[in-house]
Amino acid sequence: MQETPVRKIIPIVPEEEVSLYEAQKKLYPRSVTGLFARWRWGFVFLTQLVFYGLPWLEWGQRQAVLFDLGARRFYLFGVVLYPQDFIYLTGLLVISALSLFLFTAVAGRLWCGFTCPQTVYTEIFLWIERKVEGDRSARMRLDAEPASARKLLKKGTKHFLWVVLSLWTGFTFVGYFTPIQTLWAEAFTLSFGPWEWFWVNFYAIATYGNAGFLREQVCKYMCPYARFQSAMFDRDTLIVSYDAARGEPRGARSRKADLSMLALGACVDCTLCVQVCPTGIDIREGLQYECIGCAACVDVCDTVMDKMNYPRGLIRFSTQNAMAGQWSKSQLWRRVRRPRVLVYSAILVALCVGLMWSLLERTPLKVNVVRDRAALSRIVAGGKLENVYRLQIMNATEQPQRYRITASGLEGLALASESEFDIGPAESRWVPVRLQIGYGSAAPGSHAIEFNIGDIAGESQVSEKSIFLVPR
Amino acid sequence: MSDFTGNFWSVYVAVFTLVGILACLLLLWITARKKVTPSADNTTGHVWDEDLREMNNPMPRWWMWLFVLTIIFSLGYLVAYPGLGSYKGELGWTTHGEYTDEVAKANKELTPLYAQFTAKPAEQLAGDTAAMAVGERLFMNNCAQCHGSDARGSKGFPNLADGDWLHGGAPAKLVETITQGRQGNMPPMAAAVGTPDDVKNVAHYVLSLSGSPHDSLRSQLGKAKFTACAACHGMDGKGNQALGAPNLTDDIWLHGWGEQAIVSMVNSGKVNVMPGQEGKLTEAQIHVLSAYVWGLSNKPTKVATARP
Repeated sequence: MQETPVRKIIPIVPEEEVSLYEAQKKLYPRSVTGLFARWRWGFVFLTQLVFYGLPWLEWGQRQAVLFDLGARRFYLFGVVLYPQDFIYLTGLLVISALSLFLFTAVAGRLWCGFTCPQTVYTEIFLWIERKVEGDRSARMRLDAEPASARKLLKKGTKHFLWVVLSLWTGFTFVGYFTPIQTLWAEAFTLSFGPWEWFWVNFYAIATYGNAGFLREQVCKYMCPYARFQSAMFDRDTLIVSYDAARGEPRGARSRKADLSMLALGACVDCTLCVQVCPTGIDIREGLQYECIGCAACVDVCDTVMDKMNYPRGLIRFSTQNAMAGQWSKSQLWRRVRRPRVLVYSAILVALCVGLMWSLLERTPLKVNVVRDRAALSRIVAGGKLENVYRLQIMNATEQPQRYRITASGLEGLALASESEFDIGPAESRWVPVRLQIGYGSAAPGSHAIEFNIGDIAGESQVSEKSIFLVPR
Repeated sequence: MSDFTGNFWSVYVAVFTLVGILACLLLLWITARKKVTPSADNTTGHVWDEDLREMNNPMPRWWMWLFVLTIIFSLGYLVAYPGLGSYKGELGWTTHGEYTDEVAKANKELTPLYAQFTAKPAEQLAGDTAAMAVGERLFMNNCAQCHGSDARGSKGFPNLADGDWLHGGAPAKLVETITQGRQGNMPPMAAAVGTPDDVKNVAHYVLSLSGSPHDSLRSQLGKAKFTACAACHGMDGKGNQALGAPNLTDDIWLHGWGEQAIVSMVNSGKVNVMPGQEGKLTEAQIHVLSAYVWGLSNKPTKVATARP
């Protein structure tokens, strides 16, 4: 990134005084159609279908995806996770981070432009805005109008629809933590619990504020990810680029004029690329930190080029190297398969496979062993030496299970207490366990032993280490 | 609370807090009024390390309003909550008060639950799974430190699950033990018994009472000397629960088994204390605990038979 084009600044009238704080200039992004807009809408539908739809999915007798924070059980389709399974979340986060590295190295801020909730919700809110108030110029006219019943009606309708969508979003979010069917029933009588009220409204307000008002401000000023992503670019990263060599000098011309006879580049200076930009930048000034890589300018410029009968791609996804070296498409794509991308991909595939494997091979039984802290060791009737343990047996299946406990590691080590326990579905229970050896059969000191716990059917087996203390 | 004789430090802290907040406000006001002239290349003219230039990227104005909001919030907070020197705040909130409120709230929620428990006699309550889950948690938090998490004790700490009781195992007796505590007192008896050899003989007689390995000649000789012990342990050595004197015939040895342990007990005596839980646990909790402990060595009464 050492040769980032220095950002050219729209000439400010010299000596003009400005405030240290910048007033937010309201943007009116023009609607856009084209290949990348279709991709974006595709991702909007995909992500929102999953987000709004998933909590309604049933799995047997319960919600398919439910994070029961109160009971500390996390249901993911057929899997019941305990807080002890936190490692899977870590794995998921590592995979997310690596995917991000990979996508960013290949094609810049793909996440920002196509799947980030901020982009997705802004897109949905803009769609509502457009349906109610009209496109860019109609919205600008409406905002400039003096207050009227018509304006009030339009604004009121828009905000009403925004609020409804926001509340539905907040409701859905909480539906991942409280069974959504119950929540739905409660919604009719407005009988949410205090936390449900708080989080439904919190997420509703966050959605309404971020997607309705803050929009690009979130990306420009609040998102840390927006800033460090550009540090992951290299000169072979595909970014939205304006082909200045082809476009300049820009200028208006008649559609009938022959380009080769004019002293002009391909850019007709229609400023549509600026009008469609959700962050309000001019891509012709080169790579800027505000650019979220949504490629709206690519789509709109292509339609203009079509009208002018010029070849497409004056603004396109390209790399800095390709731009500088006038590379062909195949040359450019060859550089996509560079070591960095291959290494990211290899690690990512390995992690995904590893996580899936470990999730499928997971033993649906967990055991914690705690030696009794009160009695180190005691002599009991029959010339036996006894140690006491408490075992936390966690049934991670959704069927009741009968578990059998055995212990090994010392000669004559035997269980003196009950050895079989029934644990209910997704239940966890502490059970006391007494182990005995013959008095004098082991040297004084600490001896490593092992508990073996398994279900009667022999489907899952867990071993846990502990110690047996023999007094002097 | 007067940590110091005057309120100087309170005022000192309050003044600095307010001056700090006002200084923030002043800074915001100054920067909001300030106008700058950025150069044509949109830098501020500041240069570090020869060529590192500071760009002019102004902060959004709504961000400034967030600062103003925090100041308004802080002033509101200082009025409502303690924070300004020793000023207690309009709401009169304290951490201790919050704790007390939460305890009161929890107790209020628990009252109906415990009311169900206290309505049942302990013998019946021991069969109530919900009550026993509560009892187990109470035991783990309050009793397991000495008696062990399986209630089977260890040397010096009685086993509560073996049906052998120093002071009686009826629920009413257990409530008494938990509430008031117990003090087991074995006086040094060597002088009353006689010579060290007599003590050894008594020890072997005591061993013989439970059929433990012993020297039968010494035990014969010791039998006569046992009269000194019989005042508490009884002529038959079966103890006396009214005095807390252990049964010596049941092969249960709280303080150690064998000649040496018994000799040392006769020579030195022993005071063993179970602390009373009155005030630490409520009556209802003690009721549940007594049922839990009773249930460790008894079968709970069936509900149907408990009410004839």
